[in-house]
Amino acid sequence: MPQFRKDTAVDDRLRDLFTAGKPVIPFLTAGYPTVSGFVDAAVAACDAGAGALEIGMPFSDPLADGPAIQYSSQIALASGITMPRVLELTSRLSARLPIPILLMGYLNPISQMGFARFARAARAAGATGTIVPDCPIDEAAEWRSASRQAGMANVFLIAPTTPDERVALIDAGSTVFSYCVSVAGVTGVRRDVSESTRRFLRRVRRVAKKPYVVGFGISQPEHVRALKLFADGFVVGSALVRILRESPKPQAAVGVGRTIGALVRAAE
Amino acid sequence: MVNKKHNPASDLGNRLAPFLPRPDRRGRFGAYGGRYVPETLIPALERLAADFEKAWKDPAFQKEYRRLMHEFAGRPTSLYFAERLSTRWRRGRIYLKREDLNHTGSHKLNNTLGQILLAVRGGKKRVIAETGAGQHGVATATVAARFGLECDVYMGKIDVERQAPNVARMKLLGARVIPVESGAQTLKDATNEAIRDWVARVDDTFYVIGSVVGPHPYPFMVRQFQRVIGEEARTQFKLQIGRLPDLLVACVGGGSNALGFFTAFMKDKSVRMLGVEAAGCGLHSGKHAASLSAGRVGILHGSAGYLLQSDDGQITVPHSISAGLDYPGVGPEHSYLKDSRRVTYTSVTDEEALAAFTALSELEGILPALESAHALAAVRKLPARLSSNQIIGVCLSGRGDKDLATVMAAAELRADAISTRSRRME
Repeated sequence: MPQFRKDTAVDDRLRDLFTAGKPVIPFLTAGYPTVSGFVDAAVAACDAGAGALEIGMPFSDPLADGPAIQYSSQIALASGITMPRVLELTSRLSARLPIPILLMGYLNPISQMGFARFARAARAAGATGTIVPDCPIDEAAEWRSASRQAGMANVFLIAPTTPDERVALIDAGSTVFSYCVSVAGVTGVRRDVSESTRRFLRRVRRVAKKPYVVGFGISQPEHVRALKLFADGFVVGSALVRILRESPKPQAAVGVGRTIGALVRAAE
Repeated sequence: MVNKKHNPASDLGNRLAPFLPRPDRRGRFGAYGGRYVPETLIPALERLAADFEKAWKDPAFQKEYRRLMHEFAGRPTSLYFAERLSTRWRRGRIYLKREDLNHTGSHKLNNTLGQILLAVRGGKKRVIAETGAGQHGVATATVAARFGLECDVYMGKIDVERQAPNVARMKLLGARVIPVESGAQTLKDATNEAIRDWVARVDDTFYVIGSVVGPHPYPFMVRQFQRVIGEEARTQFKLQIGRLPDLLVACVGGGSNALGFFTAFMKDKSVRMLGVEAAGCGLHSGKHAASLSAGRVGILHGSAGYLLQSDDGQITVPHSISAGLDYPGVGPEHSYLKDSRRVTYTSVTDEEALAAFTALSELEGILPALESAHALAAVRKLPARLSSNQIIGVCLSGRGDKDLATVMAAAELRADAISTRSRRME
């Protein structure tokens, strides 16, 4: 029989994420382009008004990610970023930044560390929750219970193909909020936001009881303005990775800050 | 961990856990399998599982599938007594299930035919596939041509270069071959890319997975489409020699030919089974593809099972001389069968497989695929004490024409090494 353990409360910073408007949440791959480049970009994003920070834990086979994040993961892994290193960087940033940190990554590296051990270590490093794109709610029982005990939030994804009954299930299973994938597809920069995304988000709104953010393909203030009435927050990832890839070092963090700033203003 | 001095014959008698005729409601064989994929795909997988179950029970679907297997693919394939090889090796009487005689030269067509019939039934106009050596790509492109479907095949850039004849075949069949440049540029990366494609076009596209891997229902569905191999063989054994074999041997990459061959015999307690993985340059070299023999349980491409991975949970790059076995994972049902000990798993090296390739070519006039040569090599390694009346069935999963360049290059390397050694001795 498993030992009975009391659940730990989720960090207040995450609980309060939606009380002061619609947060913009940057995604940055841990250790990309370099450790210092990553830390500078995270600080710049926070200074520009980011509501929370998503740290990508690099994986060799990121099947929910488009080319930009795949590339950044490969570079990070090649430079020696491991799961313990990700937690170390999380710990550094959580000590320095006032905003909640979420970890985004795939299930295999987490399961190799052990669900309970990883959840406790992540919480100890100052992370408030996780997003695991290859762990749909049906497969999450063990991972959710480990997370609850450690006081880590679980944020599950909702897709445009998800039927209403499942939206309700995912909304109920997510802690604090869930994450809507704007289109059927992988992460990556897209030109514009379609009417079908708005239709999808309106459908989620009718069913969901908790707040939800929208991500995948969000990079421009116009995207945020187009979706503002339909979602409670916005995640931007590939566009930032692209800036980090294309700009020389000092400008890169400035570029990330500028992009986040523009999105924050659009979300106001 | 690697078994110390593992003798495949020593524990062939163990049969502990029951045979599972099907996975549980969550798509699991014991602790393995499941559906670890992005949310976008879940509804499509649920629909596919329901569609498959319905079609499988539908006499009209079965009739059409069986008819095409006969008239288009040329089934049943023969069961052939390899007399000269048996005499030479003295491990028993070796019977070959000749999947190399199936249309497109391997067992792969059994599955692509079944899946594409499902795609057509579901009104899909486009199919996609991943391929390593190109055998599954060719089998998919072939059936897609037969049914007039658009076909895109993802193939690692490195594989595109080393499997040029199959790339040409796919193109002649009207398929588009998309070289994958991400990751290690081999089969696992082609699979990632195919899944990404499917996530983006799940409404109009059917993903034809080539082995008993991936999220539920694929491992189960692919096994069902391949079980014809063993069903035919079981009947043929009874007809030709009046009894069942004592031992079945098949190679295991993802493991579809092995499950296809074994499934019909699962309840025959007297029939032992041996699955053969690729040990590449040796299990201790780190350059191999033996997920069951030397891997750890993890999650890849939508299911839980044995995997080759680093301590940090990153998937490592496998190696085998045979492109079809060069995969870091293995089907969830094999993971279950390993733990249950109904099937014993062993591995053979590149060298041993090449030697078996040569033996079969020279003694029987059959060029086996390098994958199938692994199964043969494991027979060669069985202890000689087995009685000569022992009946051994080997699944000859494919033919070797595709491997000629690899085999010739290896032969040249060996010749070079020998001449260097003899020069040194002079």
